[in-house]
Amino acid sequence: MFKIVKKRILTPVTKLFEVDAALVAKKAQPGQFVVVRVTEKGERIPLTVAATDPGRGTVTIVVQEVGKTSSMLGRLEEGQDLLDFAGPLGKPAPLLDSGHVVVVGGGFGVAPILPIAKALKSRGVKVTGIVGARTKDLLILRDELAESCGEVLVATDDGSLGTKGLVTDVLKKELIDQGVKIDQVIAIGPMVMMRAVAEATRPYNLKTLVSLDPIMVDGTGMCGACRCTVEGKTRFACVDGPIFDAHKVDFDEAVRRGKMYAAEQRVAFDRYKAEVAK
Amino acid sequence: MPIKPRTSMPTQEAEARKRNFNEVALGYREEDAIAEAARCLQCKDAPCQKGCPVGVQIKDFIKAAKTGDWAAAYDKIKETNSLPAVCGRVCPQEEQCEKLCLLGKKGQPEAIGRLERYASDMAMKRGVNVQKPGDGAPGKGRKVAIVGSGPAGLTAAGDLAKLGYSVTIFEALHASGGVLIYGIPEFRLPKAIVAEEVDLLKKLGVEVRTDVIIGRTVTVDEVFAMGYEAVFLGTGAGLPKFMGIPGENLNGIYSANEYLTRTNLMKAYRFPDYDTPIKMGKKVAVIGAGNVAMDSVRSALRHGADEAFVVYRRTEKEMTARAEEFEHAIEEGVKFHFLTNPVKFLGDETGWVKGMEVQKMELGEPDASGRARPVPIPNSNYVMECDTVVVALGTSPNPLLSSTTPGLKTKEWGGLIVEEETGKTTRDAVYAGGDAVTGSATVILAMGAGKKAAKAIHEDLQERAKKA
Ligand SMILES: Cc1cc2nc3c(=O)[nH]c(=O)nc-3n(C[C@H](O)[C@H](O)[C@H](O)COP(=O)(O)OP(=O)(O)OC[C@H]3O[C@@H](n4cnc5c(N)ncnc54)[C@H](O)[C@@H]3O)c2cc1C
Ligand SMILES: Cc1cc2nc3c(=O)[nH]c(=O)nc-3n(C[C@H](O)[C@H](O)[C@H](O)COP(=O)(O)OP(=O)(O)OC[C@H]3O[C@@H](n4cnc5c(N)ncnc54)[C@H](O)[C@@H]3O)c2cc1C
Ligand code: SF4
Ligand code: FES
Repeated sequence: MFKIVKKRILTPVTKLFEVDAALVAKKAQPGQFVVVRVTEKGERIPLTVAATDPGRGTVTIVVQEVGKTSSMLGRLEEGQDLLDFAGPLGKPAPLLDSGHVVVVGGGFGVAPILPIAKALKSRGVKVTGIVGARTKDLLILRDELAESCGEVLVATDDGSLGTKGLVTDVLKKELIDQGVKIDQVIAIGPMVMMRAVAEATRPYNLKTLVSLDPIMVDGTGMCGACRCTVEGKTRFACVDGPIFDAHKVDFDEAVRRGKMYAAEQRVAFDRYKAEVAK
Repeated sequence: MPIKPRTSMPTQEAEARKRNFNEVALGYREEDAIAEAARCLQCKDAPCQKGCPVGVQIKDFIKAAKTGDWAAAYDKIKETNSLPAVCGRVCPQEEQCEKLCLLGKKGQPEAIGRLERYASDMAMKRGVNVQKPGDGAPGKGRKVAIVGSGPAGLTAAGDLAKLGYSVTIFEALHASGGVLIYGIPEFRLPKAIVAEEVDLLKKLGVEVRTDVIIGRTVTVDEVFAMGYEAVFLGTGAGLPKFMGIPGENLNGIYSANEYLTRTNLMKAYRFPDYDTPIKMGKKVAVIGAGNVAMDSVRSALRHGADEAFVVYRRTEKEMTARAEEFEHAIEEGVKFHFLTNPVKFLGDETGWVKGMEVQKMELGEPDASGRARPVPIPNSNYVMECDTVVVALGTSPNPLLSSTTPGLKTKEWGGLIVEEETGKTTRDAVYAGGDAVTGSATVILAMGAGKKAAKAIHEDLQERAKKA
């Protein structure tokens, strides 16, 4: 059992949890994830480590409620326990030692970007952040990100804050088109966003990394549920990734495989919502 | 005197059982067990015992069974076999003890496995007494770590705990049992039995820490730093093999590991009461012909498939599945396509698998394994329709441990290199056994390896204490 020592509501559908998990806290590196189970009959879901505090023995995760499991997790309160919290899994993010890195976070993706930005800054890398959301109120962790970034640029679909448009618009217009020298882009968020970033940087041959989020079961290389195609080769995202070279990822396949259980997920979520409403 | 046929074991009717996940074999009633025990000749040299990888004293346990003394029979088996309720269900007896049974020379061999199962089930039902080792036990106050809770790890843990060692099992998954819990289905090995065995170990004082991935959560070096004096690696061979043919990542194509893990560990057959889904295919193709393939194809039927079939590039003769599983699969209506090999998967417009192109094969010269090598027949390709595919072509050891443990050497294919008799690896105080060393093998061989390593660990630690 892993106790929730702190909870923060970041948006109505995005919650931050600081969890008591001393072993994971000591080990986790930026880019790695944990597998969490909430109830005895529940699914195992992967969530990226957003921060660690080895001294206190805690690990921070940020979860966006998109279906049954993430919603059940989102409703937990301080003092309650997570049944399972296994990790850290996956390869740590490869980090540059110098130069300028642009980190792009969309939705919950801002959380996994944080430790990467922090680590880059501590190595003396210049970091620029770009965050995006539908509207201002859905933007998360901007202050935290600002601590590690020289500058944080914002894009909102409705223009309620920053540039009206997508993160890719900001990336192109405010950085690439201005001739800003960029050594690497790291984008984490919804698959459509990561794909758009990949397409935006491809013409410039600008090295871009994304953190794929395929459906997983064990997270240790045992099942192959998480397989994706990178550079024409099958890779297991949980052990070979989850971070890959965006320009080599077969996004069509990744998107398609992500929808494998769309019908079942709807059944589970609808049943859950009906139960909660009771 | 003609030899009486072996006493048959009641099973669920094929038509009913192929739609539920309850155990297929119902087990003997007491009169069946006693009748079967009565067939045993009590041979002087007990040839059966030479066929048992852990040397169960078969003759003596059956002697007790003849008189209906099930407690004595169980204790006898337990002397050498730490998981008899499991082995009685899943061991390939026809290739081990029963193969050498004298009765088999003229008729049907003694049903040793069924009796083992009955004796253990009776013991479990009555409650097994666990005796914790006393203060004077040789291992008192010394810590040993076991990595992985499959049969190899459970056996090593049990033997060491009985000697008084403080044993901790570190398990990557959220539940203990290894393949027994995530791979072998409920209808062949009820999970309650595995849980009971693990509980007995806990009563013996073994600590089980799930959610700890050695190599990631803590390394082997850190385990030593935590005060453990020896480490046993029973990490299995969990890495699935795929075929590497076009279309393999289409939706609806599973590794057997994923298909069975969703089904067994995550209980997808009870979706949506359990949250983890599985594709309930209508036409399910399973590639391969070992136990894993049989378990997958029979699970597919139970998930409601109209048709579930096996595609195998060799013939019935070369199949590695237990005879009983093959027979049960046929009774349940599984179709077998031998000498058939997929070369390509075909998808529909949404990216779901809709069929596979296969090639007919013929058997050629024997290969390195001694089995006839399948050779493709030119221009024999055709398409088989299916909406779900399970690839059951074997597994290899996960490189996670070898890549994070300095000094730990493996063979080219990933198997850990050990000294056969002791399980000693190339790294001091680290031992290994089971599928992690041999590649996919059997429950009983994994247990045997766990036993040998436990003995070696005990001897080495006592030796070290003497020197100190
Ligand atoms: C390496 C990795 C890191 C991730 N990090 C985060 C994070 O930090 N914060 C966050 O909010 N989300 C993260 N995700 C996504 C998160 O795991 C899914 O949102 C979650 O599993 C959804 O489960 P659900 O039951 O709530 O929704 P469902 O209704 O089951 O599914 C909704 C969506 O989640 C995806 N999904 C479903 N089950 C799984 C599964 N077992 N594994 C992966 N994806 C699945 C589906 O493709 C679908 O698009 C990460 C995913 C991966 C692979
Ligand atoms: C579907 C299926 C059906 C089978 N049917 C039969 C049968 O009928 N009869 C028979 O005799 N054999 C059968 N087998 C084979 C048999 O199950 C295996 O040979 C046996 O389980 C091997 O035991 P093990 O202890 O070596 O490893 P496993 O049972 O594989 O257990 C290894 C354990 O170690 C854990 N682990 C791995 N890496 C780590 C790590 N880094 N840190 C912590 N934990 C880790 C794993 O999660 C797992 O729980 C079958 C196998 C399968 C897959
Ligand atoms: S070989 Fe067969 S008949 Fe002889 S002792 Fe063993 S089980 Fe009994
Ligand atoms: S999640 Fe099972 S292999 Fe990656």
